[in-house]
Amino acid sequence: MTRKMTGAKMIVQALIDQGVDTVFGYPGGAVLPIYDEVFQQNSIKHILVRHEQGAVHAAEGYARSTGKPGVVLVTSGPGATNAVTGLTDALLDSIPLVVLTGQVPTFMIGSDAFQEADTVGITRPCTKHNWLVKETDKLGGVLHEAFHVATSGRPGPVLIDIPKDVQFATGTYEPKKPSVSHYQPPLKGDMESITELVAAMETAKRPVFYTGGGVVNSGPAASQLLRELVEATGFPITSTLMGLGCYPASGEKWLGMLGMHGLYEANMAMHDCDLMINIGARFDDRITGVVDMFSPKSTKAHIDIDPSSINKIIRVDIPIVGDVGHVLEDMLKVWKSRGRKTNSEAVAKWWKQIDEWRSIDCLKFEQNGKVIKPQHALARLEALTKKYDRYITTEVGQHQMWAAQYLGFEDPNRWMTSGGLGTMGYGFPASIGVQMAHPDALVINVAGEASWLMNMQEMGTAMQYNLPVKQFILNNERLGMVRQWQELLHGERYSQSWSESLPDFVKLAEAFGAKGILCSDPDDLDDAIMEMLTYDGPVIFDCLVEKHENCFPMIPSGKAHNDMMLAGVDTQGVIDAKGSVLV
Amino acid sequence: MSALKIKKGSTSHSAYNLRPNFSDVIERHTLAVLVENEPGVLARVIGLFSGRGYNIDSLTVAEVDHTGHRSRITIVTSGTPQVIEQIKAQLGRIVPVHEVHDLTVEGPSVERELAMFKVSGTGDKRVEALRLADIFRANVVDSTLESFVFEITGAPDKIDAFADLMRPLGLTDVARTGVAALPRGD
Repeated sequence: MTRKMTGAKMIVQALIDQGVDTVFGYPGGAVLPIYDEVFQQNSIKHILVRHEQGAVHAAEGYARSTGKPGVVLVTSGPGATNAVTGLTDALLDSIPLVVLTGQVPTFMIGSDAFQEADTVGITRPCTKHNWLVKETDKLGGVLHEAFHVATSGRPGPVLIDIPKDVQFATGTYEPKKPSVSHYQPPLKGDMESITELVAAMETAKRPVFYTGGGVVNSGPAASQLLRELVEATGFPITSTLMGLGCYPASGEKWLGMLGMHGLYEANMAMHDCDLMINIGARFDDRITGVVDMFSPKSTKAHIDIDPSSINKIIRVDIPIVGDVGHVLEDMLKVWKSRGRKTNSEAVAKWWKQIDEWRSIDCLKFEQNGKVIKPQHALARLEALTKKYDRYITTEVGQHQMWAAQYLGFEDPNRWMTSGGLGTMGYGFPASIGVQMAHPDALVINVAGEASWLMNMQEMGTAMQYNLPVKQFILNNERLGMVRQWQELLHGERYSQSWSESLPDFVKLAEAFGAKGILCSDPDDLDDAIMEMLTYDGPVIFDCLVEKHENCFPMIPSGKAHNDMMLAGVDTQGVIDAKGSVLV
Repeated sequence: MSALKIKKGSTSHSAYNLRPNFSDVIERHTLAVLVENEPGVLARVIGLFSGRGYNIDSLTVAEVDHTGHRSRITIVTSGTPQVIEQIKAQLGRIVPVHEVHDLTVEGPSVERELAMFKVSGTGDKRVEALRLADIFRANVVDSTLESFVFEITGAPDKIDAFADLMRPLGLTDVARTGVAALPRGD
């Protein structure tokens, strides 16, 4: 039923009709009418962040841990520009967000008015789609279309820019109805190609599943189907940073993460395989390394809902455009109907080879002496939190890679990290968004001290809403990954990669009314972690770790998957001039 | 060749189910992009080309269906077959884009461009310019005692050829519309 109401009321009504329960935002002049409506209702909880970037990352954490779109409400001008990093982050990691920005009144647009910015212009390249709504009558339709676009096909962030006069004016609200949008990306894959892939699987001697964030985005059913397929075929499986948890880390077919800091066995399997089955991953440069040397002997299949992902970086032999869940279902059906065949003898031999690679134990480290190794800190965190209902977010850098290596994920939607954009400052606000969605769960942000400082103002948010997020900071007083690259590439000239003038994190926590824990002795580590876990409230855990630890294994820039650096190698002169121009 | 048509909503017979044999030869393709005529749609298309480093050799746009609010953007671009495929896929991903057609591979098509040339001169040169304009079926749309403005329609290479001939005869200004193209037959 259509109803007359103001634009501001329409916005809140549309959010309610879309089933939104939480909005992350920050008020300002151009969104005051909307905030007035937020004030006068109880259906939607508004979380007041301390910076608009924090709002977007919090919404990302909410979205990634629930599968539902995250919603953000910010003002015009600086409110919108502060959201840009988060939008770009969500675009690169395919996270569904609906971001509402206020705009100066329509009659002032283009006049360089106070807090005016060309928001749709600025955000055009960092959203999946955006709208400037100039008529109140169109607002309801656009809002519902926005949710449809954000969550259909390859998910992504969308933005609606709403001038203040449109919020004040009265118009006709169109309620949510079955989508009439022309935007309907196909979900089913081409059956001929699926059959071709199944036939290739039946004869493959050295197959590998290479999975990614598309499995998470497809929903929990896709992970279930993936597990069924892996167990049924007995093929090894690896995953990108984005796809961790789709197949359980405790599963016996699990090779660990692949890529630049992936496991030796995973990368070797990718290099030597004869059939690569890419499920919802995108051949990112962190995965492929040098394209010319990428998996030279394999037939490559690629399942992706976005046609532009296919043949973008790596030319594939069997492309399948479709939703991972739908395609996996059809793959299983076809494979079963053809008699559940695999080349089991050859696959057993392949496993023997993989076990040889595994025996190198590429993640081994020795915790000796009185300084905590970061790997040890994470191994202990893993051991002590395994039994919890646990969600992990991270910042970006060495700690992020160590977290991916040493923490095990048994389910999807439990691991929130900035993969594509690599946004320092992502993890803390993301942990707030996750905790909002899962109030009783254990939410830990594995951080580096430098990343964490980038959005530390969100301590105020964590305190205000009593969100017991645990900030597990591996403090090496360095920009660790920058330092590592300077060691490898720039003659150990550590330009600007120290964290000078760090705060006392315990006092900082206390200043916000939270708990601070300092730990520097390996013998105290377990007790300190337990103290963090049992404290009912936000904790900043300042874990002083080895300052010059490098993150291994590593595929140095310009090298192939089978040319990995393992721990303990000489780091000088490994990367040549050609490799050093790569990032 | 209709298998190469990229249409949203189709589940099979899309370009991505073809197995193209990619080469490194630079090809010139004419694309017809049917879009929702809404604010910013052209900026989205142009931004895609600049943001991802693709070439635009020519671009024309106008609303072709006033009731349905559809515009037709004709883009001439060049790149390796892999880049061309990528451009088409990226265009297809833009939400207000309804259809992407690659006229270069979808079968025979006709391409036309309109251009105006101002040629200034007197005496023999002026006579020669008029004579050549006649051969090229260019119309005189403006004339003074010292200049002509010619209007010419044709395929881009015909217009290039006419420009080459006019240059020594006193060509001072050129305006070209860019390519409009349609497939032949049905």
